[in-house]
Amino acid sequence: MSKMRTTASVFALAALSTGAAHAQVRDHISIVGSSTVFPYTQAVAERFANVTGAPSPVVESTGTGGGMQIFCQGIGEGHPDITGASRGMKASEFELCAENGVEDITQVQIGSDGLSIAISRENDFDWDLSLREIYLALGAQVPVEGEWVDNPHTTWNEINPDLPETEILVLGPPPTSGTRDAFVELAMHAGCEELDFVQDGGFDGDWVEQNCSRMRTDGPFVEAGENDNLIVQRLNSDETAMGIFGYSFLFENSDVLKPVTINGVAPDEDTIASGDYPVSRPLFFYIKNGHRGAIPGLNEFIAEYVSEDSFGPGGYLSERGLVPLPQARREEMRERALNGVSMSAPE
Amino acid sequence: MSDTPHTAPRGRIDWADPALSERLRLRKRRQFWLKALGLGAVGVAALMLFVLIASLVVTGYQAFRQTHATIEVNIDPFQVDPANIRGGNFDDIIETAILAYFPDVEAPGEQREIVRILSDGAEFQLRDRVLDNPELIGERVSITVPLSDPYDLLNKGLIDRTTPEENRRLKDDQIARFDTLAEAGIISQPLNTALITNADSRFPELAGLKGALVGSFYALATCFLLAFPVGIGAAIYLEEFAPKNRLSDLIEININNLAAVPSVVFGLLALAVFIGWFGLPRSAPFVGGMTLALMTLPTIIIATRAALKAVPGSIREAALGVGASRQQVVFQHVLPLAMPGILTGTIIGLAQALGETAPLLLIGMNAFITSAPETPFDSATALPTQIFIWADSPERGFVSRTSAAILVLLTFLVTMNALAIFLRSRFERRW
Repeated sequence: MSKMRTTASVFALAALSTGAAHAQVRDHISIVGSSTVFPYTQAVAERFANVTGAPSPVVESTGTGGGMQIFCQGIGEGHPDITGASRGMKASEFELCAENGVEDITQVQIGSDGLSIAISRENDFDWDLSLREIYLALGAQVPVEGEWVDNPHTTWNEINPDLPETEILVLGPPPTSGTRDAFVELAMHAGCEELDFVQDGGFDGDWVEQNCSRMRTDGPFVEAGENDNLIVQRLNSDETAMGIFGYSFLFENSDVLKPVTINGVAPDEDTIASGDYPVSRPLFFYIKNGHRGAIPGLNEFIAEYVSEDSFGPGGYLSERGLVPLPQARREEMRERALNGVSMSAPE
Repeated sequence: MSDTPHTAPRGRIDWADPALSERLRLRKRRQFWLKALGLGAVGVAALMLFVLIASLVVTGYQAFRQTHATIEVNIDPFQVDPANIRGGNFDDIIETAILAYFPDVEAPGEQREIVRILSDGAEFQLRDRVLDNPELIGERVSITVPLSDPYDLLNKGLIDRTTPEENRRLKDDQIARFDTLAEAGIISQPLNTALITNADSRFPELAGLKGALVGSFYALATCFLLAFPVGIGAAIYLEEFAPKNRLSDLIEININNLAAVPSVVFGLLALAVFIGWFGLPRSAPFVGGMTLALMTLPTIIIATRAALKAVPGSIREAALGVGASRQQVVFQHVLPLAMPGILTGTIIGLAQALGETAPLLLIGMNAFITSAPETPFDSATALPTQIFIWADSPERGFVSRTSAAILVLLTFLVTMNALAIFLRSRFERRW
C-alpha cells in the first residue's frame, strides 16, 4: 500500500516538475484579448503560420478587460506578447502594467468596427431609430414629464408614434463584453445627451455617465450571452426581436437579417469608416516591446498584421468585416508598430 | 362472536362484497396510473433524446461532406525555385489554373472574384504537396482543393437561389461563375476528411478537429495517469486499512461532497495553483488533464470503494486464513476481483471529463491554434472547447460544423460508455 502511494506521489511530483521545466521555453507567440479583435488576430495568425511555417501563434479570446489583466501580469515567457482591445487601454490598466514591470508598450489601431442593430428580414417595417429613441427604449431610467423615473416604455410607438405598436425586445451582449461597453458609450450615452431633459437641465458628461450607463433589466432588454450566433438564431425565429452585435455578424447573415438604420444611416464599410454611422469604435492591439527579439517570430507577426494585404482596403481583414483606417493613419500605425514606439500613459 | 357487517370472519372472504370490489378496482387503477406515468416519463426522455440527436444530425450532416474542385496546375520551375519551395509563387499557379476556365474575363476585379471561389488554403495545399514531393516541379498535376465557404453552402443548397439577389450571400454573377465550373465537371463533393485531419482554421472549409482530438487525448491520458493510481490508492486505504473513527468519517464525507463541487471551481483552483504558482503554461492539455484529474478523483474513489465493498468478506478471510499478508490479500485477491467495477467507474469518470468545458475555459484551452499539439505541453484545445469556439464564429459554415463536432464528441462518449458496460458484463463476477 505504502509503496503504491509513494509511487503515485512521486509520479505527480515528477509530472509537475517536467511541466514547470517545459514552461521555460516558448517558441510560439501568445495573444490574448478582446473577442471583437479575436477574428482579425485569428486571420493574421493563420496567415502567418501558413506563410512562414513558424509554430502557430496561440490566440485566446478573453475579452478586453480580461486580456489586459493577463497581459499586464509581467514580462517573461509565461506572459502573453500581445493583447487585443475594443477600446483604448485605461489609465488603471496602464498602471497595473507598470507595477508589474511592463512599461514599454506600443499601441496600434487596426481599424474600426461598427456595432449593428439588426432585425429579421421577415419584419416588414423599415426600421430607423435615432440614438435618442434607442436610449428611451433601453435605458434603465428615462425622463417622463420632467421626472427621471424607471423606464415605463413597453412598445415602440410609446417612444415615437411613427414606430409600430410592437413590444420592445432587444437582445444584446452582457456587461462583461467589450461590445456592451462600446454600445453603452457610443449609443446610450450619446442618446442620453440628446434628450431635452438632459440638455435643458444642463447636466454634464459626468452626470450622463453616472445616470445613463445602465441598461434596463425589466424585460425588454435581454442579455443574450457572448454567443452572437445564438442572437442571430433567436432573431430568425422572432421577427419582432432586435439584436445588437458586431457588424461582421450582420454582414455574414445579411440574407436573413437587415440593419436597423441609425439616424437614417445603414452600417456598411463606407459609413463606418467615415464615422457617418454613429455607433462605430476603434479596435487596437497592444505589443509588449520587451518581448521583441526574445519570442521568435514576434516582429514578423506584427509586420504581417500591419501589412497592406492584411489591414488595408480589400485586405483579408476587411473580408472579415474590419473597416480599414485611412491611408495616412495606416502609414502611421505601421511605422509605430514596426519601430516599437512606446505609448504614453492614457488619461 | 358478534357479527358486524364490515368484518368478515378470518379466512373467509366475501367475494361478493361491493366494498371489496371497489377497493380492488381502486388498487388496479392506481397501479395502472403508476405504470402509465412511468411509461410516459420514459417516453418524454426518449423523445427529448431523439429531438436532440435529430436536430444535430439535420444541421450537422452537411459538414461531413465538402465541395471540392479538381484543377490542373502547371508547376512552373520559373515560379517555384526547387531550392526555396516555401517561397514559391503558388497563389499565381492556382490563379492561372482557375482562370483558364474563364478565358474571356480580363478585369482584375472579376478575376479576383473568381480566385475567391477556391479556398484560401488551396495554395498551401499545393505547396505542401510540392514540399513532400519536389519532383513535381515542372510537371502538370491535377489537384483537388476545397471551395470557399459561400460556394460550398451554395453547392449544398444552403444558399437558396430563389432568394432575391440583394438578400443573398452570393450574387447572380457569382452563382453564374460557380455554374460555369460545375458545367466543366470539376466540382465534386467528397467526404470531408479535413474535419478530422486538419487543425482549427478560421476558414470553415479548412477547419478540423485534429487539434481538439489530440488535445483531448493528451488531457484524458494525463487525467487517467494521475487520477487512476491516486484514486485507487486512496480507496484501498480507506476501505481496507483505515480505522473507523471521526477522522476517516470526515474524509469520507469530504470525498462525497467533492464529487458534487461544480467543475468551474476546479478550473479556478487550477488557474491559481497550476498556472499562477507553479508557472505551468496556459492552454496546455497537461494542465487541462491535471484539472480534470481533480474532478475525476472523487468519482474514481467512490466507484473503487463500492467495487471493493462488493468483494465478499469470505475471500479476504480465506486468504488471511492461509497466511497471506494484508498487502497480499489486497493485491492478489480483492483488487483483481474488484477491477471490472473500478474500470467501469474510471471510464465513466473519464467520459465525464471528456465532455467537461468550464475548467478548460478558465485555463485557456479555448485558444485559436492552427496546428495540432505535438506534446502535452503545447497549447491545444479540447473537443468541448472547440465546439464552444466554433459555435461563436460568424461564418455560416461553422453552424453545421459545430453540430458535426458535437456528434463526434457524442460518438466518443457513447463508445466509452459502451466500453464500460462491456467490461462490466464481460468480467463482473457475482457471488
